[in-house]
Amino acid sequence: MSTNAIAIDGLPAAERQWTETLHEWVTTVDHKKLGIMYIVYALFFLVVAGTEAMIIRIQLMHAHNNFVSPKVFNRMFTMHGSTMIFFVAIPVLFGFANYLVPLMIGARDMAFPRLNAFSFWLTALGGFLLYFSFVGANGLYGAGNAPDVGWWAYAPLASKAFSPGHSSDYWTISILVAGFGTIGASINIIATVLSMRCPGMTLGRMPLLVWLNVVMSGMVLIAVTPLSAAQIMLLVDRYLGGHFFDTQAGGSATLWMHFFWIFGHPEVYILILPSFAFISEIVPVFSRKPIFGYPVMVAATLFIAFVSMSVWAHHMFSIGMSSYANSFFTITSMCVGIPTGIKIFNWLGTMWGGRIQFKVPMLFSIAFLFQFLIAGLTGIMLASSPFDWQLTLSYFVVAHFHYVIVGGILFALFAAFYYWYPKFTGRMLSETLGKWHFWLFVIGFHMTFDVMHIPGLLGMPRRIYTYEPDRGWDTLNLIVTIGAVIQAIAILIFVWNLIVSYFKGAKAGNDPWDAWTLEWSVSSPPPDYNFAAVPVVASRRPLWDLKHPEDPDSRYD
Amino acid sequence: MRRTIQIGGLLLWRVAAAVAAQAASAPVSSTNIFAPASTPARTIFGLSMFVLAVTALIFVVVGGLLAYSVMRFGSKAADANREPAQVYGSTQIELAWTVIPVLIVVVLFLATARVIHAIEDAPKPTEALDVTVIGHQYWWEFRYPKLGIVTANELHIPVSDPAHPTPTFLKLLSADTDHSFWVPELGGKTDLIPNRVNQMWMDPARPGMYRGQCAQYCGVQHAKMLLRVYVERPADFDAWVHAQQQTAVQDATVAEGRRVFETTSCINCHAVNGTAATGRFGPDLTHLMSRGTLAAGAAANTHDQLRLWIENPDAIKPGSLMPAMQLPVEERDALVAYLETLR
Amino acid sequence: MSALTIPINELPGAWRLPGRGKVAMTGLIIAESSIFTIFVVAYLFYMGKSLSGPTPREILEAPIFYTICLLSSSITVHLAGMFLERGKQAAFLGSWILTFVLGGLFMFGTAQEWHRMIYEKDFTIATNLFGTTYYSLVGLHAFHVTVGLVMLAIVAAFALAGRVGREQTGRVEVLSMYWHFVDAVWVVVFTVVYIIGR
Repeated sequence: MSTNAIAIDGLPAAERQWTETLHEWVTTVDHKKLGIMYIVYALFFLVVAGTEAMIIRIQLMHAHNNFVSPKVFNRMFTMHGSTMIFFVAIPVLFGFANYLVPLMIGARDMAFPRLNAFSFWLTALGGFLLYFSFVGANGLYGAGNAPDVGWWAYAPLASKAFSPGHSSDYWTISILVAGFGTIGASINIIATVLSMRCPGMTLGRMPLLVWLNVVMSGMVLIAVTPLSAAQIMLLVDRYLGGHFFDTQAGGSATLWMHFFWIFGHPEVYILILPSFAFISEIVPVFSRKPIFGYPVMVAATLFIAFVSMSVWAHHMFSIGMSSYANSFFTITSMCVGIPTGIKIFNWLGTMWGGRIQFKVPMLFSIAFLFQFLIAGLTGIMLASSPFDWQLTLSYFVVAHFHYVIVGGILFALFAAFYYWYPKFTGRMLSETLGKWHFWLFVIGFHMTFDVMHIPGLLGMPRRIYTYEPDRGWDTLNLIVTIGAVIQAIAILIFVWNLIVSYFKGAKAGNDPWDAWTLEWSVSSPPPDYNFAAVPVVASRRPLWDLKHPEDPDSRYD
Repeated sequence: MRRTIQIGGLLLWRVAAAVAAQAASAPVSSTNIFAPASTPARTIFGLSMFVLAVTALIFVVVGGLLAYSVMRFGSKAADANREPAQVYGSTQIELAWTVIPVLIVVVLFLATARVIHAIEDAPKPTEALDVTVIGHQYWWEFRYPKLGIVTANELHIPVSDPAHPTPTFLKLLSADTDHSFWVPELGGKTDLIPNRVNQMWMDPARPGMYRGQCAQYCGVQHAKMLLRVYVERPADFDAWVHAQQQTAVQDATVAEGRRVFETTSCINCHAVNGTAATGRFGPDLTHLMSRGTLAAGAAANTHDQLRLWIENPDAIKPGSLMPAMQLPVEERDALVAYLETLR
Repeated sequence: MSALTIPINELPGAWRLPGRGKVAMTGLIIAESSIFTIFVVAYLFYMGKSLSGPTPREILEAPIFYTICLLSSSITVHLAGMFLERGKQAAFLGSWILTFVLGGLFMFGTAQEWHRMIYEKDFTIATNLFGTTYYSLVGLHAFHVTVGLVMLAIVAAFALAGRVGREQTGRVEVLSMYWHFVDAVWVVVFTVVYIIGR
């Protein structure tokens, strides 16, 4: 085995004007900078949408509250949902993918750097447009403002007749534009992974993060365009006199529902797969064992991708479909839980027999496993169509999907932040602050979202700006709100940690976690060109092979 | 570390249990999905208990294994330079934990499919009562086609004796956007969608008043589109029907109020049987005083609330489609006096 | 010393990966197919459901000639690719421009048909469900043809400036993939609108 060490020292940073730095970032096509821009953009909107959530929770603290008017409340839940899905979750996950995928496959950048930048700026424009609605949406009828039709914008509520003014147009166009950005980013990821892997990295040797992001990108291509199509149809209705969803002309309100959920359900799998990716990289490293059952993890991912395309109408169990349709969507929805459950077992198998290190990334990962298990089980309850006839459109569903998105995706993201922040910045995040963040957030999360299931069981529907005092929902809502406040404090601690550690954190070095994938072989942060020499790999864990030449993975590959 | 997690978890569980107990003993919520009073709700309840039991079992087993692995396999100081055995997988174990979930899904699906068919494909007995429900922004219209009754927001149906069932079959329509009819103790929810006809049924065996509300976001006052279902014994129900079938009370003392009603735009939206008012956009007012609430449950049906509703609906339900009538005080008071005779 | 040394193992045989342009265009085609599928589904769903207004039978005249033009352009664009690969610049340019002309004819045919329907028959996107779904579906396709024509024109301009040679074969092939896709979509749209829909 020949070694080929190339020492490349970093050039000394010259005295730079802030305008130069700004110009560099605005015009960059480097996947690492774009990745960070996606992430920072998402963090900003996390705080904005979180504030919207706080407004919702304060209004619902007790019955007949008057904190905000009904109109404002309806805008809040619409903007909270739309922002979180399109301008927090998607950007942050694509940000991590952008940063990590080329590094993990031994490439120097994405396949199409300029498309990468273009996709980011499209998404950014979308977010700006959505929030411009607060000032710009007053239309001819003076009836505009931020959109207030819910993040699904059901027909005919979103039609011109029931939503005059331009608020619904801002919803439509901002997400349409952002959707194109997402599609561009996905095409880029697929092209990068298929065409730019370093020598020796067969598909079977890619890190699971890469697999999961490729499959996710494939899903984006098939699932995001139905939403774009439906939104174009909505614009045709609103501006060209079309009748796609015009029930007075024989149009169908349920057609919008089908198109939306054909997007909407795969969308949540698009969000969860990269979260699985983080867990699949972090749990092995902190259990000191390889992932248990790599081939099955890949197969389960593909199975999830395919089956998740066939479950969409479980969001529509209450619309009066036939018993055969309801049965069909029940069985497919339950089936998609099988590969998902298998993944939980595989992570369990990874931890089993390991030597678990309870550093902050692992704490968040363990919490993820418990919480995702619970979320999956409430999902099974919702998959059972008759049970769903009681649970759907109630706070039980709100609790369920927040359990997945906050308890699952956000926890996985926190794990990813603590794990990869050293690589992005060269500094470790504070473990102490991290533990405060973790425990406060766990307490707040469970206080809010465990309890939130109960008002749903007691008949509380979604999207109501207030409720009657004789329903018995008051105390429960109050507890939910208190939990939200605790979570907000935890997030502030997290943001503080991000900022303070950038300046004062311990130097990280190349490989602070003793990990095994290629990104840990370069400096922290990596040089602009990533790798001085393109690596050649012989197994799934090239750094393990290097560190354990007596027992390399390549022997068993 | 391990201890902290254990204690933390235990504390959380205790808190959760306390909350659940508090909620259970909280003021009676008449919208509890676990207090079924009608066959569809009861069938769903049975299924939900089964599903809950299965998922609880899965949680205990898998959660237990996760907790065990976290507690058992923590690294100790002595492990600093040793890596554990690098196990890549196990075909047998992976096969087992694929087959078992498949079996669980099959069982759950079969139990579910039975209930779907039992509820959705239930045959309609000849004695069933037909009610047409039309959803509006933000109120409910109820028509009894075979009885010639039109009313709003408060549904009266007969109790159903399990020996001789007299269920009520609802036909669900919408005049504008999507709505959803949800009275949790009487059954699951079904949507009202424009240009679509849906159906649901209920056969409550206990008389009483059951609450619900619209469950599909339909616009600014979705939250105040409340529902009341009065389940009545046969005698009471027949009496109600009889009263509703009468034309409006003609009381000469409120002739001035009736004049105001018939010459202002009220009649564009509202109908009063036996007068010139035949508007269908708003609720039928023929027997307004037979209802306990106004504005789909947003206000009690009292003198002050009725006056306020006519003078300034936005004070009760901002964004509802009832306009402020801008009447001079005497006309408004006369109008209210007239409406209060519509029993 | 900024990076861990990665030992260079025995290089695996020939490390061949698919070209990124082709992969990306395949991805784009998949996404576009998805969007067209939704418009086709809407068209099929609303067939026969218009409450009033003209029916397809009363309005539509199958554009056979212009369809032949468009489908032939797939052949010419394929030939252009072949010529370029063999270094036959003039033949390439000729086939390429012919492709553009055939595509342009198709657009002209669409414009003519729409002019007739709008101004003679008073049939617009707002007329009824058939109008909405017809103009949307055919319009979406026409939009994609237009984008293709613009790309063809740009390449033609570069070619006339002598900047397109054998080395650009790969890129020209990627654009041809898009053009073939646009033709394939027309086969589907034609079948759905002019054959099934009548």
